[in-house]
Amino acid sequence: MEKFTTITSTYVPLPIENVDTDQIIPARFLKATTRDGFGDNLFADWRYDKEGNPKKDFVLNDATYSGEVLVAGKNFGSGSSREHAAWAIGGYGFKVVVSSFFADIFRNNALNNGILPVVISEDFLSELFASSRENSKATVTVNLEEQTIVNNETGRSESFEINVYKKECLLKGLDDIDFLMSNRDKILEYEKKRIFSYE
Amino acid sequence: MKTLFDKVWDAHVVTEVKDGPTQLYIDRHLCHEVTSPQAFAGLRERGLKVFRPEQTTLTADHNIPTMNQESPIRDTISRFQVETLAKNARDFGLTYYGLGNPKNGIVHVIGPENGYTQPGMTIVCGDSHTSTHGAFGAIAFGIGTSEVEMVLASQCILQTRPKTMRINFEGKLNDKVGAKDMALYMISQLTTGGATGYFVEYAGEAVRNLTMEQRMTLCNLSIEMGARGGLIAPDETTFNYIKGRQFAPKDERWDEALAYWKTLKSDYDAVFDKEVTFDAAKIPPMITYGTNPGMGMPIDGTIPRLEDIDNAGKISFEKSLKYMGFEPGEKLEGKNIDFVFLGSCTNGRIEDFRQFTDYVKGKKKADNVTAWLVPGSWQVRKQIKDEGLDKILQDAGFEIRQPGCSACLAMNDDKVPAGKYAVSTSNRNFEGRQGPGARTILASPLVAAAAAVTGKITQP
Ligand code: SF4
Repeated sequence: MEKFTTITSTYVPLPIENVDTDQIIPARFLKATTRDGFGDNLFADWRYDKEGNPKKDFVLNDATYSGEVLVAGKNFGSGSSREHAAWAIGGYGFKVVVSSFFADIFRNNALNNGILPVVISEDFLSELFASSRENSKATVTVNLEEQTIVNNETGRSESFEINVYKKECLLKGLDDIDFLMSNRDKILEYEKKRIFSYE
Repeated sequence: MKTLFDKVWDAHVVTEVKDGPTQLYIDRHLCHEVTSPQAFAGLRERGLKVFRPEQTTLTADHNIPTMNQESPIRDTISRFQVETLAKNARDFGLTYYGLGNPKNGIVHVIGPENGYTQPGMTIVCGDSHTSTHGAFGAIAFGIGTSEVEMVLASQCILQTRPKTMRINFEGKLNDKVGAKDMALYMISQLTTGGATGYFVEYAGEAVRNLTMEQRMTLCNLSIEMGARGGLIAPDETTFNYIKGRQFAPKDERWDEALAYWKTLKSDYDAVFDKEVTFDAAKIPPMITYGTNPGMGMPIDGTIPRLEDIDNAGKISFEKSLKYMGFEPGEKLEGKNIDFVFLGSCTNGRIEDFRQFTDYVKGKKKADNVTAWLVPGSWQVRKQIKDEGLDKILQDAGFEIRQPGCSACLAMNDDKVPAGKYAVSTSNRNFEGRQGPGARTILASPLVAAAAAVTGKITQP
């Protein structure tokens, strides 16, 4: 996994609530057996018409908006546990997703793929949407070490939560499997002493 | 003073990571073709084996047709995905129930019916509706593909301990109201994010009176209000269901297991982080009108008006109704529909088919309705035939398809065409979930049966 460093970037606003993983990547794109290529179908049904042509009114097709940060409405990533949603977001080039609320499984999946979910207040989220409406080149700075996000248009900043272990993983570019494999003894010990063992 | 959740969780803690998550041991792991190939590829890249192969079971369900399963799958990419699962099973020495195997079926249907699912277990699967297995008093939840790889490699997963919530359904349910209505009612009250960060225990008289099938329906839908999972304390109903199933404990092992399982309930003085109580008698037969499972109402209800929706939610609400082709303030009872889908891990079990059949017996399918009746597994399909339900259904103009996830997620051939209305017993009414442009109305098997014979949204 790539190491996560501080990011200053323009951002793509998506002021829609309850964006579920079926919207992020519709099921018919889940037939692949590798992790590659999902970025092309990110938000496919909002992004392309039936003939596969880009729909003009969708933000990813609007060249004035771009960047490594996606800013989305409340309850982002609900629904199916498909990690393909995180691969699509990462594959498209987003490194950070900002929202006022994330669904649990999506948050885990994002972190496991080096994508940082940043939870901010409703109020700050509205401000970010407003800033990008006024200036499509507005930027945010996300500093993982300090756990802060700054709206560079207004100077407003908020701190965000992340668990210490996950933060270390992101900063060092390590993943959970490396960690679990180094813990093999503890697993064997657990199997011996558990209170009830299923066959 | 522990909750049921605490007891099961604590029994599976391998170690606590300093300033981090808990390393949790997993008793059972279920895998299907869609969310596992990248995990197996990961193992190969790292040169790892499956740590406890006997604790993982594979089935093909999502990406398969529900007709002519005897012939090779026509869609070459889908076929390759299913073949990849079979190859992974061979290469890593895992049990695999492929197409045509009498044990094949939807992952959350075959776990319980074969006795894999037992009280007190930790169960995971790369599928969010793994919460279904919580009906047995297990901690069961959906995971992503990276986590599938972790479980294959180490039989463990890293998880932050969720908060606990108890949802009580006091009193008795009305006639024609079942677990699906309880769930849709509950999600409409608590919203789709209402239980995010929580693991839910369902309790109360109405829950205790549910059959195992119905308990599975209720736990299945926990994820639709954001919960990590939902569980119900095991009792005689649970034990009777499990006893004698193929992978259930036998003889002295059964007695030992039973003694342990009987300890699995929340202590009377256990404290939950949140507690909610519903009056079961107030729950009507429900339908959804929008594009998330929280947008539910009684069949004879009216869609909220724009002024009833808070400002932040207005854009999503309008977008949702536009997609559905409905107006704010509209009544849906009596509206024509085009498709009926009975099936999925929510309502694809034998009891759901019995209910549906009982209702349509002696009636006729409406001409304007295309009905897909898809059993959750080959065992369910066999039981349908053994009980003669297929004859009754046939007389009423219905046919039974072959098992699979089918129109629940439309990644296979069973897609509802754009703009068409489907009354569906599955779990998600998201935009495009049943096919691009498809309009889903979630409901119970009974409401689906009523819609199938009248061709309209109807009180059962
Ligand atoms: S029936 Fe639907 S929800 Fe259940 S496992 Fe299949 S796709 Fe997932």
